Amino acid sequence: MTGPADLIFYFVAALTVASAILVATLPNIIYSAVALLFSFAGVAGLYVFVSADFLAATQVLVYVGGILILILFAVFLSNRISTVKISNPVHFNWQAALLCLALFGVLSYTAVSTKFPVKPGLSYQPTTAEIGELLMTRYLLPFEVASVLLLAALIGAALLSRPEGEKERSADMEEPK
Amino acid sequence: MGLDKLLVIGAALFCCGLYTILTRRNAVAVLMGVELVLNAANINFVAFSHYVSRVIGGQIFAVFVIVLAAAEAAVALAIFLRLYATTGTVEVDTADNLKG
Repeated sequence: MTGPADLIFYFVAALTVASAILVATLPNIIYSAVALLFSFAGVAGLYVFVSADFLAATQVLVYVGGILILILFAVFLSNRISTVKISNPVHFNWQAALLCLALFGVLSYTAVSTKFPVKPGLSYQPTTAEIGELLMTRYLLPFEVASVLLLAALIGAALLSRPEGEKERSADMEEPK
Repeated sequence: MGLDKLLVIGAALFCCGLYTILTRRNAVAVLMGVELVLNAANINFVAFSHYVSRVIGGQIFAVFVIVLAAAEAAVALAIFLRLYATTGTVEVDTADNLKG
């Protein structure tokens, strides 16, 4: 029973995995970043198939719109234009490739052969309201801890990326009074 | 679409991310591998919460993982810029100042 939904699922899955393989193998780091974009978008598509609509939107907003832009910023700020082409040399490593293939074999064999207690019948309902409600009731403490963590990461990133001379200049500015 | 297919996709993403982390020298590329691994974990969380437990807690856990990934990427970018200003490159091999 392969309906159009199954075809779309296989297409999205192939897109995700193929882009991930390209991320791991492409020699130019900018091409890797673009392949990562397609991989993130494919994961967002997979979320739709498991009735996680809020998570799919979050994936597009945060990963594709935020983290990928940050990664591209990091690429452009940490390479000279002339060296970008050789910025990401692929050191093909037999041991690493073998390890990853073996791990993939073990993981997929386990996933396919294990009988998980799957509940019959599937339901596709909007999840946004329920997630919001749970975040404000049952998961309130993790929610607040995450907000404190985000604040700490924001301050830490701003402090780390400040240029070296800035400290002395701000000290000079305070002296006249 | 089944649980096992999603788990296989998650395993493939995880192994691609692991290979990226193990073989790349550029720190930004290593960060890309870490993001792939986090995405693989998220797929597993959401798949199990949809097919097995039928409770939405898996999706909430995935939301927190996304929050952590965003914070991690921001701090990592700041560290890379500092590393580039110090050593002139972001190759992970060159950051060995603390080596005895």
